[in-house]
Amino acid sequence: MPEVTLVDAINLVLARAMQDDPNVIVFGEDVGINGGVFRATAGLQQRFGPERVLDTPLAELLISGLCVGMASQGLKPVGEIQFMGFIYPCIDQLVNHASRLRHRTQGRLSCPMVLRAPCGAGIRAPEHHSEHTEAMLTHIPGLRVVIPSSPERAYGLLLAAIHDPDPVVFLEPTRLYRGARGLVDDNGEALSLDVAFVLREGRDVTLIGWGAILKETLAAAEALADEGISAEVIDLATLKPYDAETILASVAKTGRCVIVHEAARTGGLGAEIAALLAERGLTSLLAPVARVAGYDTVIPLPRLEQSYIPSINRIVSAARRACRFT
Amino acid sequence: MGVASAMRQEDVLLPSYRDNGALLWRGVKMEEILLYWGGDERGNLSSGPPHDFPFCIPVGSQAPHAAGVAYALKFRKQQGVAVCLLGDGATSKGDMYEAMNFAGVHRLPVVFVVNNNQWAISVPLKLQTAAQTLAQKAIAAGFYGEQVDGNDIVAVREAANEAIDHARRGCGPRLIEALTYRLGDHTTADDAARYRLPQDVQMRWKEEPIARLRAYLVSQKAWGKAEEEELSSHCQREIDAAVERYLATSSRAPETMFEHLYKDLPAVYAAQREELEGLANA
Ligand SMILES: Cc1ncc(C[n+]2csc(CCOP(=O)(O)OP(=O)(O)O)c2C)c(N)n1
Ligand SMILES: [Mg+2]
Repeated sequence: MPEVTLVDAINLVLARAMQDDPNVIVFGEDVGINGGVFRATAGLQQRFGPERVLDTPLAELLISGLCVGMASQGLKPVGEIQFMGFIYPCIDQLVNHASRLRHRTQGRLSCPMVLRAPCGAGIRAPEHHSEHTEAMLTHIPGLRVVIPSSPERAYGLLLAAIHDPDPVVFLEPTRLYRGARGLVDDNGEALSLDVAFVLREGRDVTLIGWGAILKETLAAAEALADEGISAEVIDLATLKPYDAETILASVAKTGRCVIVHEAARTGGLGAEIAALLAERGLTSLLAPVARVAGYDTVIPLPRLEQSYIPSINRIVSAARRACRFT
Repeated sequence: MGVASAMRQEDVLLPSYRDNGALLWRGVKMEEILLYWGGDERGNLSSGPPHDFPFCIPVGSQAPHAAGVAYALKFRKQQGVAVCLLGDGATSKGDMYEAMNFAGVHRLPVVFVVNNNQWAISVPLKLQTAAQTLAQKAIAAGFYGEQVDGNDIVAVREAANEAIDHARRGCGPRLIEALTYRLGDHTTADDAARYRLPQDVQMRWKEEPIARLRAYLVSQKAWGKAEEEELSSHCQREIDAAVERYLATSSRAPETMFEHLYKDLPAVYAAQREELEGLANA
């Protein structure tokens, strides 16, 4: 098994899916000869030809709309939005068409598409290139939203997204593209899109995160262990629909919960999880549910981005407070 | 009607909400159209070609679908053509330009037909664009666009035939601007007297397409009073029967709103579904 980066894992999945299924079509801006600005599609056009791997005009609404049109006729489009900050013109297509085509035709047509988008801060990118606005998408019924936190999970989850019969937005943390390495067996095995991953077991507090921030979250769990606090770490991974049972089971055991996300705090997906715990986990809670999130500010330009991304310290402090709460 | 009659079964229709005629021609039943507008998604299950799109409500947003459909048809080397119906208002949206632009690059088998009825609810064409014609918008996308008298069904059919055939032969997309006039209010909730003069509308009734077709057929001695009465009572019977079938459709249990949301409803939504079921049975 080779050790690969997360972006390599994405590339492996795309190549395998295209190899296995002639209906898979990959397109977006610069995905052809250039192999994508992050090289996620490197080599694909050479291997599968320009009809299956194509550079689109610079038009994001078009990319998402093409996905709907192709998927309705039985193709398996995998569109790429170059950065999440440019996904907003796609929202109309995602809300009004992709996510409801199956329902509004009562199953006559469906929309098995994948829209990939790199997301998040931490790579000193210019303005608009560090967005982490998944909650805009998780509010859309009929859609799936997925984000990996390691090359292994990137492989299994993206493969599952491509196999899935419904529309999936697949977010890829840019910070992990080359910052995360792992052993990936290119065995064509997909992961489930319905279950969260328990990355570390613990007794005292549950830390829930997704995407790149799990790096800090796992480091925080390590630091907490030095203080004698045993933290359980959950990678939610599938943000819509999300696995409520794994969260509830963990908090039933630990009695405490800290939700960590890079996205802005207000109306973030953390609020949904806190509400879930208030509704269905209240009796097991020994401390208030805490959120460690991006601030309700515009994501700052690179000089300040490290102050914006939740730090190990902030996570440790929140977990400590929860454990000391009486 | 003129456009739909030029299509083949394997072609793919992407209609706007205004295109009842095209849907009926494609085999969608009248009661299905009534069912959809009567508030029931089952109307879109439709007896028309299964690959056709349902009505598109967000104006212009079906244009990029048409490009995607056309790409799929071409990719699979199928003979079909995507036919996208839009209003004059829709030509102001980037959606349509993005779709035409892509269709031009790949010479896709798609025909865009703009039903230029001069109005987008209360907004007249001159506030929609300063372009001399809507047909010329195709030029910017690198293909041919033409105007046709939209009140002349024979001319529309001819233009559609030509454009669809052109696309089918692999010669690329086409745009047709069908010039017509919206004689009625935009919807039953609209009152066009607020924004246009009744005498202006009155004048346009002279070009009303059914009357023109009738006059033409009569002049050719191909149509007369007897045929007119026969057709009229035939239509009345069809409509009455369709309305009856529509009114007789069973209602559905509220929890069916969870059906076809995803192929298989994710477990996490089962509780919501059960709650609704419980309320319905209480
Ligand atoms: C994107 C969008 N904006 C607004 C509306 C509300 N609306 C419905 S029809 C309409 C006018 C459309 O005019 P046009 O494209 O000329 O079509 P027509 O109804 O005249 O055939 C508007 C503004 C809508 N359905 N979709
Ligand atoms: Mg109009």
